[in-house]
Amino acid sequence: MPDMKVFEYAPAPESRDIARLKPTYGVFVDGQFRPGRGEPVKSINPATEEALAEIQEADASDVNDAVSAARRAYDSGWSKLAGTQRAKYLYRIARVIQERSRELAVLETLDNGKPIRESRDVDVPTAAAHFFDYAGWADKLAYAGFGPNPHPVGVAAQVIPWNFPLLMAAWKIAPALAAGNTVVLKPAETTPLTAMTLAEIIAECELPPGVVNILPGGPSVGQSLVDHPGVDKIAFTGSTAVGKQIQKSVAASGKRLSLELGGKAANIVFDDAPLDQAVEGIVNGIFFNQGHVCCAGSRLLVQESIADVFISALKDRLQTLRLGDPMDKNTDIGAINSAAQLGRIRVLADAGEAEGGQRWSPDCPLPERGFWFPPTIFTDVGPASRIAREEIFGPVLSVLTFRTPQEAVDKANNTPYGLSAGIWTDKGSRILWMANKLRAGVVWANTFNRFDPTSPFGGYTESGFGREGGRHGLEAYLDV
Amino acid sequence: MSTTEVAPPPGSVLDVSQDNASLRRFLHGLPGVDQVGAEARAAMLATRSIKSSAKAWAIDTAIRMVDLTTLEGSDTPGKVRSLCAKGRRPDAADPSTPSVAAICVYGDRVDVAVEALHGSSVQVAAVATAFPSGRVALQTKLLDVVDAVEAGAGEIDMVIDRAAFLAGDYLSVYEEIVATKLVCGDAHLKVILETGELVTLDSVRRASWLALLAGGDFIKTSTGKISPAATPPVALVMLQAVRDFAALTGDVRGVKLAGGIRTTKEAVRYLVMVNEVAGDRWLSPATFRFGASSLLNDLLQQRHKLSTGAYDGADYVSVD
Repeated sequence: MPDMKVFEYAPAPESRDIARLKPTYGVFVDGQFRPGRGEPVKSINPATEEALAEIQEADASDVNDAVSAARRAYDSGWSKLAGTQRAKYLYRIARVIQERSRELAVLETLDNGKPIRESRDVDVPTAAAHFFDYAGWADKLAYAGFGPNPHPVGVAAQVIPWNFPLLMAAWKIAPALAAGNTVVLKPAETTPLTAMTLAEIIAECELPPGVVNILPGGPSVGQSLVDHPGVDKIAFTGSTAVGKQIQKSVAASGKRLSLELGGKAANIVFDDAPLDQAVEGIVNGIFFNQGHVCCAGSRLLVQESIADVFISALKDRLQTLRLGDPMDKNTDIGAINSAAQLGRIRVLADAGEAEGGQRWSPDCPLPERGFWFPPTIFTDVGPASRIAREEIFGPVLSVLTFRTPQEAVDKANNTPYGLSAGIWTDKGSRILWMANKLRAGVVWANTFNRFDPTSPFGGYTESGFGREGGRHGLEAYLDV
Repeated sequence: MSTTEVAPPPGSVLDVSQDNASLRRFLHGLPGVDQVGAEARAAMLATRSIKSSAKAWAIDTAIRMVDLTTLEGSDTPGKVRSLCAKGRRPDAADPSTPSVAAICVYGDRVDVAVEALHGSSVQVAAVATAFPSGRVALQTKLLDVVDAVEAGAGEIDMVIDRAAFLAGDYLSVYEEIVATKLVCGDAHLKVILETGELVTLDSVRRASWLALLAGGDFIKTSTGKISPAATPPVALVMLQAVRDFAALTGDVRGVKLAGGIRTTKEAVRYLVMVNEVAGDRWLSPATFRFGASSLLNDLLQQRHKLSTGAYDGADYVSVD
């Protein structure tokens, strides 16, 4: 056990009553809440393993109902509604998300395991911001650069992951509705609760029935949705393996597809970087949301001349991270989202050790119940080892070194992925030079993991295609 | 006194002060500070939620770190005596309330404060070196210090020559601090950087290192006469400087934040910053101070509220 601290922060837990948990959640189809026809499952709190609620999941017949409802809503008016009217609904949703922000944040933390500080300060406000931003676009589509009179695509099937459950729903729904499409959304099986509260908000905002349908369920529901002939457009965020499967299954179907998949981002630190801020950026890059971030900076590329100093400063900083109860307002690192994900992280971390990497974690006791993994750094990582190449999707950082800017570019680009990258240097010209050479959809300079609704986000190669956010994000939902 | 008599800083392992070029190379070789990132880190630390037992500890610790200050042209002996009485015993109704760290006055009021604080643990700190502008000859500045020390001041708060710093004459700033330290004798030297005039965080970092290299026992943000005074990003950079200086030399120096800190909430946020940026060894009046006047009354009111559950308002603490 570490020594008793001089300044011990007393527990500051958020109250779980604020989440207004219901005992059961079903599907939201054609403006109605009802039980799904699939097998019911329990959604659990990954920090405690307690069951939070029973989810009456959808099955293939619910998918059919939802797609039919979305089609009727599309044909009967939503696609022809004036942009100013669609905007009105989106602004309403944005405002109600803000009004119910505390409830959504607590619910997200209970269901996902992420610290309340993050759900409160990042997930929920950014979700509201996306609705606000796309509300503004709804009556300005003619000025988005896709022709004078762009048309919507039709019924959009949207499948989202468990790492930012509400935020990903917002990223998907807001541009689709702004452009005049209707939506069938499937949240991830382990984190359906905030999506179902978003359904409540959508009902409260009196959107016409069928414009948004939400179907909690597992992979088979996702597959039925993707394969449904009534769907015009598929938007998927998740693993590269599933993304490839979806792309195969929609081949020659005429369905449009956008994929936002995995990543193995390089966070590149030059010797002239603002070091204290770079340390923060590395920490934020890989330990934000327990590393459950597709654009996580999971590879630290540090210039060899400062590697020892930098890694020592990074380790000092990791000693101050507070791991534990996600509901505590002072927690920095929460729980791993599921037992299955914890298993995957353990396998890769063990492989890292077996392949000769030096494994280090700060002294932080892990809670006994729930799914936990300490923040971990691997040094002496060979460029060919699994932890340098495979997406871990957990709080594990692999450290590699470089000598010259060109070597940094070559190493950063040496991955089948291409979602994001970070550059840390005080030299502006080098930032521009690097950004032109890095094969990544998002390049951050002297910051990391910053998300803004006006900024496009998306990847290269095995990280997917299509952009979400900003003007670019409209393209996926317009017939252009 | 001429600067050629100046001794090298005691305990410094860094021999970078032989000429201005060497100092410049060293200071400009320090890692830069990214303003946006520093602000973000400070803002994140401000979200820490400090409750119940932790808050009680923080309030008492903050009281023990206060340099209760009056720096007005109108500071009469009576005003200074009254402030000293408050500093010794901030809350007469509750003897468990700790005393403050020091009473901070102008040099010509040191004798009054020394007499009023006789027999207590409270130090007398004097601002000197032609505070707040410092725009007089070095000899005059040093006489100012000598007067305060001879009158019994245990701590001297000097100002650096910001004009020399901004003009790039780091050696002159350095030598003034060294000369001041020399005439301080046993008195602790706090070096005021006046960060509101240095403006950039890169300059704050360089000035912090300059003052530490020259032997300052504390680096202090501000005179309180210039706005902005202490701000969270400035405090962050100065705490990083003492942390890094200690890591390099083993020598633990202090930080004093002064100006504009009026509420318990701000003070507790700064203690969180000290804890998480410099480390808990800095959580002591020997290494961290608040220069403030109205902060103490807010700390007392919050302390009372924690112990009784009721907030009793400004009329229940003394007007200083």
